[in-house]
Amino acid sequence: MLNASPTLQWHRKFADRLATSLAVLCVLLVMLPLAAIFIYLVIRGIGSLDLAFFTQAPKPVGETGGGMANAIVGSGIVLGVGSVIGVPLGVGAGVYLSEYSRGQFGKLVRFTADVLNGVPSIVIGIAVYALLVLHQHYSAFAGGVALGIMMIPTITRSTEEMLRLVPNAIREAALGLGIPQWRSTLSITLRTATSGVLTGIMLAFARVSGETAPLLFTALGNTFWSTKLDQPIAALPLQIYVYANSPYDDWHRLAWAGAFVLIALIVVTSASVRWIASRGFVGGVQ
Amino acid sequence: MSVAQPQQPTGSALPGTVGAGVSAVSRRSSRASRIADAVFYGLVWLCAACVVAIVGFILLQLIKGSDLALAKFGWKFFTGSDWDPVNGSFGAVPFIYGTLVSSLVALVIAIPLSLGVAIFITEMCPRGLRGILSYLTELLAAIPSVIYGLWAIFVLVPLIMRYFGPALEKTLGWTGLFRGPVQGFCMFTAGVVLSIMIIPIISSITREILTAVPHQQREAALALGATRWEMIRVGVLRNARAGISGAIILGLGRALGETMAVTMVIGNSPQIVKSLFAPAYTMASVIANEFSEATYDLYTSALIEIGLALFIVTIIVNILAQVLIWTVTRGTPRRASA
Repeated sequence: MLNASPTLQWHRKFADRLATSLAVLCVLLVMLPLAAIFIYLVIRGIGSLDLAFFTQAPKPVGETGGGMANAIVGSGIVLGVGSVIGVPLGVGAGVYLSEYSRGQFGKLVRFTADVLNGVPSIVIGIAVYALLVLHQHYSAFAGGVALGIMMIPTITRSTEEMLRLVPNAIREAALGLGIPQWRSTLSITLRTATSGVLTGIMLAFARVSGETAPLLFTALGNTFWSTKLDQPIAALPLQIYVYANSPYDDWHRLAWAGAFVLIALIVVTSASVRWIASRGFVGGVQ
Repeated sequence: MSVAQPQQPTGSALPGTVGAGVSAVSRRSSRASRIADAVFYGLVWLCAACVVAIVGFILLQLIKGSDLALAKFGWKFFTGSDWDPVNGSFGAVPFIYGTLVSSLVALVIAIPLSLGVAIFITEMCPRGLRGILSYLTELLAAIPSVIYGLWAIFVLVPLIMRYFGPALEKTLGWTGLFRGPVQGFCMFTAGVVLSIMIIPIISSITREILTAVPHQQREAALALGATRWEMIRVGVLRNARAGISGAIILGLGRALGETMAVTMVIGNSPQIVKSLFAPAYTMASVIANEFSEATYDLYTSALIEIGLALFIVTIIVNILAQVLIWTVTRGTPRRASA
């Protein structure tokens, strides 16, 4: 029936070819900015990197040179605080959802985790500002809290998903041996899904490591060395933002160098995530 | 149990004492493990409750922080178009307009591109290329907002000012949307950057949805003599419509709340101009720019009220998207292998 008329056939073949080439065109158009961004980052970033970038704090306005050593350390501190808050809460909530939740409360938690995932990061910044900055002052700790909150939904949902992949037979075998449930959850279920849970944690870490908006009114940024938790602190994304908007060529150079270091950190993290995920037991179960 | 019970009274003394000993030991250890179980349950329950509490806390802080502006302006806040902090006049319309229009521009560019990519990867692509292409599109999602902004300032803005802007003005200037003078830091640039940022979201969810469409649909279409494109159109896309709209709405949600990259390229001027080549301002970027400079309480409160509006809108948009995606992927495993 469909092949009855030769002209119709020609039309259909043409539409098929057209659709295929349009799809290929879409792929090329999407790859274009990706390639452009990475090429620019590598060329301008590597060209701008020098030893001073990793060892010095920023120079005052007008002087060339200096680096972002304080911002690299600052980012590490803020991300560390964020992980200390976000990882246990996220994994705990994920364990609850996968091992214990049966009623309405589990649904509510799952729903709010998805809501939290969609909340614009700048709004989280405002909320943390109201809690920790308004009556005290800008601090590294406040920045860490903001990043920690942002890590929770990703970790919660990925932990839940990974624990659900662990076969029930393993849990039943553990309970059948008389192992209490908490012990079986910690040393057997979580242990089995370690690589998957770790993947989720590192993805969350990579995701928040480039976040700028929630740090604007919490960590604030700092042009001087500071490692104190109760003082404003520099962070790599914040510094890139300030330098990119500045009118000075030398600061633009530093912004590109900072962007290169940041993206290198993120790509290395996400590549090792793929590596872990491809070796893990849970990956095999899938 | 029903078999064991009648035997108990007739059993000899020896098995009975052994049984009692075992039960005493197990009772002691079971009480300890019951307490440990309860403590562990309490801990993970607390973590789960924290997730709910955090969202509630954010909402509470936003409402509390915006009470001054809410009391002073009421609904007029969302209908006034005058933003003049020096004279204490606050109207959010220019920001709402900027947020909506920049997101719309982003969607217009991103929808066809991400659908094309998703269709190519799931239906047309050779097996070996599949993994690489999905990894590369997801890499776009891993680039931080501030790096998009940096790249846009030094690469995209000059490109648009010199080449794309004048070309669009010449061909589509009559619509009024692309009227010059072309300014590099404008609504159009913001829309283009946003579109690059939401393409990975829309295309990866669309991909998940397309793989969730049962294979029989494809086989049936092919068996009827359909070409590959007809098979995709009739067998796949028609079944995935609701889910694809969910993916698009999720992309919209991301675009509405995106802050840094937009702030860096949109020009930050609270005005409503039809031409996309004029600078504008969004809800998120006015907060980012003016929050730490807000010199008096009403000013801060007005900015927090914008944050509250943004929070509520993104929640509604995300719920809508989840429901739509759920209608398609329900009944299939959550992680359909690509």
